Amino acid sequence: MKIGVLALQGAFREHIVMFKRCGALATEIRLPEELKDMDGLAIPGGESSAILRLMDLYGLRDALLSYAASGKPILGTCAGAILLSRSQNYLNLIDVRTVRNAYGRQIDSREAVIELSFSPDEPFRAVFIRAPVIDEAGKDVHVMASYRDKPVLARQNNILVATFHPELTGDERIHSYFLDMIS
Amino acid sequence: MEKFGTLPLKTGLAEMLKGGVIMDVTNPEQAKIAEDAGAVSVMALERVPADIRAQGGVARMTDPEIIEKIMESVSIPVMAKVRIGHFVEAQILESMGVDYIDESEVLTPADESYHINKWNFKVPFVCGAVNLGEALRRLGEGAAMLRTKGEAGTGNVVEAVRHMRTINDEIARLSVLPEEELMTAAKNLGAPYELVRLVARDRKLPVVNFSAGGIATPADAALMMQLGADGVFVGSGIFKSKEPARRASAIVQAVTHYNNPDILAKVSKSLGDAMPGLEISSLGEKDLLQVRGN
Repeated sequence: MKIGVLALQGAFREHIVMFKRCGALATEIRLPEELKDMDGLAIPGGESSAILRLMDLYGLRDALLSYAASGKPILGTCAGAILLSRSQNYLNLIDVRTVRNAYGRQIDSREAVIELSFSPDEPFRAVFIRAPVIDEAGKDVHVMASYRDKPVLARQNNILVATFHPELTGDERIHSYFLDMIS
Repeated sequence: MEKFGTLPLKTGLAEMLKGGVIMDVTNPEQAKIAEDAGAVSVMALERVPADIRAQGGVARMTDPEIIEKIMESVSIPVMAKVRIGHFVEAQILESMGVDYIDESEVLTPADESYHINKWNFKVPFVCGAVNLGEALRRLGEGAAMLRTKGEAGTGNVVEAVRHMRTINDEIARLSVLPEEELMTAAKNLGAPYELVRLVARDRKLPVVNFSAGGIATPADAALMMQLGADGVFVGSGIFKSKEPARRASAIVQAVTHYNNPDILAKVSKSLGDAMPGLEISSLGEKDLLQVRGN
């Protein structure tokens, strides 16, 4: 299994480390042609405005849209979740609306304990860094974890988004759930 | 249960900035240009380092009103500088909600002996270093991100290269030392023993390390990335050049595609004049910023 991690900017190395720990191959993606042969794609945390601009400059928007249309799974964390969310400016691949920096500035960044619907026995330590909030989710969106009554982990078909950073805390459950979406 | 201001949150924000460019700006218009070009963060300043160097006098924390206006004008994180050891300037920036504080040698030091105890703050700090010992001392004081100092305001990348290579060499040397030599290595580096052990084991710094001080072109930025920087700060290099918006965008692209010479060639074309550079040997010892605080 080969996972591409969008490496335009942000915490792409951490995702690569996590996927490798889960037994998958993982590689950096910077150009559209590098997407082929990838069984899954992750869009990491970073600054969504910077990633978006680099995506558009190098033709990755169309490449990602046709990749998603092929049904292969895409994981987006934090900035990645924003980029996958519902908006003409973004990729518009999952029916959730995100609000950037909705908790406030860096001093409002927080660690919190959440419960994953597919693994409720053990709490998950979620790290929210200048995180977005999902303030609306469509009826086809499956909410898999919430914090303060807002979805923080959600799936619609082949798209999985987290508003926090599972790549930073070493807990492999979300990455291995994503790998299960492939098979 | 929620926790705020923890080390993972502080170092985590730096992780999110990786592979990106942090740009010095002095007003909201420049901040907007930086954000539109793809900067991951801006450093809010009254004067860019080249002007601080030219004008002389005591360089202090920027007027909070300027910082606030910049914070209001962009959605990306905003950093601001405090003088080395000036913990009250840091308290002010923390109360304003600045996202990262740079305890910076570019400003005139407020304390000749001690840096700020950065563990006392919820806001994260980035600090400069010219070698591994200095880098680890800053981490011991609670910094959550590092940058090599280079020589700010010169447009000359040679010091940035020297500092990055020095740190790389020192890490390489530590990583081959037998366990029993690490205490003496810590003594010689003047660095906390536990951090020396960590670096020897992992063969890398425990936090994100950007390059700063003298980067003026896309090629400079890519050079620092190939030498192992996690990202770059560009100070005077953008807004002291002829066409800031184009240069800013080119440097952003160069940092992402730092290993792709075809793209580097393309983005380096017709950017207009770079900032005028300074030969380091033309500076007297008293003009060097990198020796402040160590």
